[in-house]
Amino acid sequence: MSIDIDTARKVAKLARIRVEETDLPALAGELSGILGFMEQLTEVDVTGIEPMVSVTPMRLARRADVVTDGGYPAAILANAPDAREGFFAVPKVVE
Amino acid sequence: MTPNEMTIADARDALRKGELTAVDLTMACLTAMDAGDGLNAFVHKTPEMALEQARAADGRLAAGAAPAMCGIPLGIKDLFCTKGVASQAGSRILAGFRPEYESTVTAKLFGAGAVMLGKLNMDEFAMGSSNETSCYGPAVNPWKVDDRKLTPGGSSGGSAAAVAADLCLAATGTDTGGSIRQPAAFTGIVGIKPTYGRVSRWGIVAFASSLDQAGPMTKSVRDAAIFLAAMAGHDPKDSTSSTLAVPDFEAALTGDIRGQRVGIPREYRMDGMPDEVEALWARGIAMMKDAGAQIVDISLPHTKYALPAYYVIAPAEASSNLARYDGVRYGHRAKLAAGDGITEMYEKTRAEGFGKEVQRRIMVGTYVLSAGFYDAYYNRARRVRALIKRDFDQVFAEGIDAILTPATPSSAFGLGEMANVDPVEMYLNDVFTVTVNLAGLPGIAVPVGQDAKGLPMGLQLIGRPWDEAGLLNHAYVLERAAGYVAKAEKWW
Repeated sequence: MSIDIDTARKVAKLARIRVEETDLPALAGELSGILGFMEQLTEVDVTGIEPMVSVTPMRLARRADVVTDGGYPAAILANAPDAREGFFAVPKVVE
Repeated sequence: MTPNEMTIADARDALRKGELTAVDLTMACLTAMDAGDGLNAFVHKTPEMALEQARAADGRLAAGAAPAMCGIPLGIKDLFCTKGVASQAGSRILAGFRPEYESTVTAKLFGAGAVMLGKLNMDEFAMGSSNETSCYGPAVNPWKVDDRKLTPGGSSGGSAAAVAADLCLAATGTDTGGSIRQPAAFTGIVGIKPTYGRVSRWGIVAFASSLDQAGPMTKSVRDAAIFLAAMAGHDPKDSTSSTLAVPDFEAALTGDIRGQRVGIPREYRMDGMPDEVEALWARGIAMMKDAGAQIVDISLPHTKYALPAYYVIAPAEASSNLARYDGVRYGHRAKLAAGDGITEMYEKTRAEGFGKEVQRRIMVGTYVLSAGFYDAYYNRARRVRALIKRDFDQVFAEGIDAILTPATPSSAFGLGEMANVDPVEMYLNDVFTVTVNLAGLPGIAVPVGQDAKGLPMGLQLIGRPWDEAGLLNHAYVLERAAGYVAKAEKWW
């Protein structure tokens, strides 16, 4: 599977990583190389094999659906690049 | 011998007998750490905290009945969140991040009285096999054979370099595809990746959650047993953490493996494998046989598909886990231009904050999870993963107790030497180790010899799920038979 420049641009957009237009051909080439390596997987007969969900045959732990944590907004906001009045601050989202 | 050169076991015994204080031991490590800056292993030093912990440890030791890790100075991989101490995962995107919480592993270690000297270098988000993707620049292998600087391996390269150079007694590592075992092999130390679920992942920056597992990197197998016991155990904060009891790993080191069945997988004899790797493996097989083990040829038919399956699954999970680095809650946020909205903020922040390899893996992961390709890549890789695990299940069901393989396809290579190769070439470093992560098994790298150049070389032992005790005993036998004692000559 070869990745063209349009696909590379779309993947970068989906990943929310800015890639300059001039860097897209190189990116497309790298992604094609890696995906080419993965093509080997098509050789494997996987008929009747379920995709693995959990590597250990254990059921995920469950607990009561209750609030068990919280109440420290200052600690939550302590590492924010921009926090104001008890909130994370971001550029305008809605016009 | 200065105290920083001691093993955990010897230091524990000396501390308990009062022949050594935790403060003196810590001071010796802090001196070695400062003299070791040329290795670029410690990237955030915490000497005041270390001395405070050491004084508290001396108090506990004086009162008696202190745990084994009490007063033992450790290095902690930068991937572990440590409260109030920089925890950056080797990435620019977490610059300035000081967690408000403590990872379960470090909390357990500190609760047992261990001392933290500082945080250790690593590949960015644990993605790499040479420590060269780190935002701090690469850690350097204390081993050297000419004027070149060699890689300590990755991703836990700082941990490996620090332990091999005696800057600390031991260090934490994490292993998603070989990140404990490959650097251990490159630096002549011991590194164990426990069974998936044995050690809590809570508070460890996530790379690929279904594969990540933390473990100790130490100077001996006994130290690995002592250290692992202090890290392991159930944690309600990690839903994949096992409720199984943690056995006394050190007590399992009997040195007796008579009658045990050690499997030798034929698929690990790769085309183009260097003669020295082949010869080392043959020596390891002879050692296990001399110790009374029964050597059995086994087949793990899907081995060759492990790397491509891994490089679908790990980036897929990484693309999801790393979505949280968006410039809002922690770490770096890009400077915005007039009129930039939230999408530009995300895109610029992530372009500036993530290095090349991390960006590449996020985009590969994004692609294999995108509509139209999910089934062809991601689901197929998960099916192949099930087959890889089934291969192991079958040989264990046939009575195999442990599997012996090479740890790495070569000894340590020079920093910068892989800079211009295809990314896939670098991925081949993990060829013997990724299968173990995909199958969730415990695996350990043990130093067994040196190549013609004089660089350390290791072998890997793979154990049954939850049988770290038996695995460590096999490793102990191999360690004793190999009698590996070489140390890097100090040049730094």
